[in-house]
Amino acid sequence: MSLNWFRYASPATFYPLAGKMIPWFYGAAALLAVIGLYVGLVVAPTDFQQGDAYRIIFIHVPAAWLSMFLYVVMACWSALALGFNTRLSAMMAQAIAPTGAVMTFIALWTGAFWGRPTWGTYWAWDARMTSELILLFLYLGIIALRNAIDDPRRADRACGVLALTGVVNIPIIYFSVHWWNTLHQGSSVSLTKAPSMAAIMLTGMLIMSFAAWFYAIAASLARIRIIMVERERGAAWVGELEEVRNA
Amino acid sequence: MTTFFAMNGYGFYIWSAYGAAALVLAIELLTLRSRRRSVLLEARLTRPDDPTDPTGAAE
Repeated sequence: MSLNWFRYASPATFYPLAGKMIPWFYGAAALLAVIGLYVGLVVAPTDFQQGDAYRIIFIHVPAAWLSMFLYVVMACWSALALGFNTRLSAMMAQAIAPTGAVMTFIALWTGAFWGRPTWGTYWAWDARMTSELILLFLYLGIIALRNAIDDPRRADRACGVLALTGVVNIPIIYFSVHWWNTLHQGSSVSLTKAPSMAAIMLTGMLIMSFAAWFYAIAASLARIRIIMVERERGAAWVGELEEVRNA
Repeated sequence: MTTFFAMNGYGFYIWSAYGAAALVLAIELLTLRSRRRSVLLEARLTRPDDPTDPTGAAE
């Protein structure tokens, strides 16, 4: 028996599949967020150097990770859309951008409110912070570019090119703390060495990261369903949807 | 409870960070909900051969 994966590459079949997955991802995100917030705000002890200010880490790091991951995922879908002219890939890229922008904003905002008590400033033109701000502008630029072009297929191509060009910023953000010795600290968690933070703090951060991941997946899927109905309205499969008939 | 919210003097920074994050996520969710409603309504109005089409927008 062969499972035809390409079946789900059509909006008409992906739409109901996404609809079934969304509540599970929202549910998992909410559950993990409750556990993660409990671990982060109640169970984890006060840091001996930073006091309680460090607790911002439980939203700052997951949001910052996701802001970069989501950009790479969006760029991959854009590359597929440009290379193979596939509708669903372009819609995926379109659906991810706003959630990516939200995560980038959270990373910057929480970083500012962590920087003030620990570094004495909300903002500095530090390499990590500046490149993350450019990431926010890239997301907003991609969203604005799409809104400026009426033909969705032309918008797909233009946004795809811009998204791929912007990928150059991702390694700059990631390695900025190594390349330039400015204000932002290096990473406490890496693939090559043991994490330099207490186990309970790391646990809380990882739980919150999974919560953020599941939230981002749920929100992107919810958005791609909206995009599908918007872009394919007039198509028979959209007209047959129960939620369209009852709207 | 008060000591929990005070966070040993860091309450302002912690709750500004957490509060803004919660607010932004809430805005994203509400935007998704309202856009879904308007897009579904728009799709109903452009349904092919919809006899109840009040706008005549169907092609």
